Amino acid sequence: MSARVVLVTGVSRYLGGRLAAELSANPSIERLIGVDVVPPRTDVGRTEFVRADIRNPIIAKVIASAQVDTVVHMSVIATPFGAGGRTAMKEINVIGTMQLLAACQKAPSVRKLVVKSTTAVYGSSSRDPALFTENMEPRGLPRSGYAKDSVEVEGYVRGLGRRRPDVDVTLLRFANFIGPSIDTPLTRYFSLPVVPTVLGFDPRLQFVHVDDGLEVLRRAVAEDHRGTFNVAGDGVLLLSQAIRRAGRTSFGFPSPAVSLVGSMFRRTGLVDFSPEQLAFLQFGRGVDTTRLRADFGYEPRFDTAGAFEDFVVGTGLSRIIDPDRIEAVGRTALALAGGVARA
Amino acid sequence: MPEARVIPLDGRSESPRRRKSDKAPPAGDAVLDPVAPPAEASDLERKLAGALAFVRRRITGDYPIDDFGFDSDLTDSLILPVLRPLYEKYFRIEARGMGNVPSSGGALIVANHSGTVPVDSAMTTVALHDHHPAKRHLRMLAADLVFTLPIVAPAARKSGATLACNEDAERLMKAGELVGVWPEGFKGIGKPYRERYKLQRFGRGGFVSAALRAGVPIIPCSIVGAEEIYPLVGNIPTLARALGLPYIPITPFFPLLGPLGLLPLPSKWIIEFGEPIETDKIGPEGADDPMLVFNLTDQVRETIQQTLYKLLLARRSVFF
Repeated sequence: MSARVVLVTGVSRYLGGRLAAELSANPSIERLIGVDVVPPRTDVGRTEFVRADIRNPIIAKVIASAQVDTVVHMSVIATPFGAGGRTAMKEINVIGTMQLLAACQKAPSVRKLVVKSTTAVYGSSSRDPALFTENMEPRGLPRSGYAKDSVEVEGYVRGLGRRRPDVDVTLLRFANFIGPSIDTPLTRYFSLPVVPTVLGFDPRLQFVHVDDGLEVLRRAVAEDHRGTFNVAGDGVLLLSQAIRRAGRTSFGFPSPAVSLVGSMFRRTGLVDFSPEQLAFLQFGRGVDTTRLRADFGYEPRFDTAGAFEDFVVGTGLSRIIDPDRIEAVGRTALALAGGVARA
Repeated sequence: MPEARVIPLDGRSESPRRRKSDKAPPAGDAVLDPVAPPAEASDLERKLAGALAFVRRRITGDYPIDDFGFDSDLTDSLILPVLRPLYEKYFRIEARGMGNVPSSGGALIVANHSGTVPVDSAMTTVALHDHHPAKRHLRMLAADLVFTLPIVAPAARKSGATLACNEDAERLMKAGELVGVWPEGFKGIGKPYRERYKLQRFGRGGFVSAALRAGVPIIPCSIVGAEEIYPLVGNIPTLARALGLPYIPITPFFPLLGPLGLLPLPSKWIIEFGEPIETDKIGPEGADDPMLVFNLTDQVRETIQQTLYKLLLARRSVFF
């Protein structure tokens, strides 16, 4: 079934706006409705903007009156920064999703639901397998923040899937988005001149490039892909390796001090680190994307390292450690050593 | 499973930020690195150039990591060279039956565990890399505890270890890796000296089901000599419990001699790889047959125990 009337929530946010712009180019979509609480600042193509809060029952009227058949839920937010605190964030994420799904359930026109979720639902612990597949349960359920919200959102989405088996539900669990223009807690983290890490830990990180993420979302709307899918670039980077590739320096804090440092950073508003992200900085996470490749027939264009390199180059991070200077020093040392050896 | 590769660096030739090492061959081919001296350079200069190339890769982060966090660059250039003198000079290890380890494809090496500190795992890794014609990397399955400890956790992953769970074991074996498991776990490594060379319970046979599902051969491996490096004569269970550790070892020299007591005794080691037990004929459904799994587990355990007795009889003394 191809989508004709598509509703995108969170259209004024970076990914929602980019997706709306992409979907505008799809001629088989007759009507494209973007919903958010503030008007989009970016070009969203032919998207009709409706100012509505998904926490408000008004969303049901929008869906019913426009005969929406495909709902793309993009407004689960990752950081309380900008949302007005954790309480507001939780409300937007959980209550917003409940309202939206309640409206979807009541609307017979809705045939498809695409939800942007996160691999954070797998949690992060020392007992994790190297790569999570979609069928694996987290070793410990995330207890706070974005990850916990996402677990709850996924629960409600599954509930809708049970009550409306005629609705195709596509749940996309994205690894950390990265790219030259996206602004996330993680991109801010890597932009710090001295990157705080947890002393004695070096987590495996996995990224998905924004372009790949949007392509998967676009296909999820245009094609039929029922089920849950991990979306991530191939391979992993170690945190230490990523910091080196970004030309940053790092400083390791012993783990008891980390939550203190984390809350310090939170207060500055510069970087947001909630407790579950601190576990992530110790143990990291990797996911298996076999199911995505098989079902979507899509190979992400960027692997994890490639996506990160595109972020480093695209954001113009200046290298604090310049590899050419290191090489020059190396050559000098080599020449000296050669001289000593011959002397 | 695709190996983690350093793809991003290619196809960026137009970028002014392009780093010189982008043109370099994959990490590990140090001789061809841009800082390599001309061909007539002396051995010392070549070694220096190799070391510099390594340092450069480390500083720029330009090395591959696989999905499990295995850092082959660090392992080959730093970890193995540090362990090698221990293997060659200190424990004078003799590796036998290397022909039983396949040169390619997945296999599961099952070994006895002893010595208070897992030196035996490290030495088996050196044996398979240095003395196997295919220079195989052993991918160790390690206990949960390892991954909770700072410094130890990342070091374990970088040297090729991953969590001992069925998911990881199967994924590695299906990807054609050589996987090592020490099913006795802490019961084996932390057993008192008087019980040396007596195999403990072999877990719940999870390693057998994993090998059955992956359809790879099980290779019993018997290690003699590791029992004597830190003779465990006592334990402080209360302190161990308080610290969340499986045991706090007391050896004749530790903690009596302080840091000097940390020096392992220079026992003479033999590592013998036995005849592979093929599992591909049984098929993955065998993993759901508990009786079959128990029997295979017992067979592996008995083979290792008998080989240990045979090697102990043939050994002239503990230290020579």
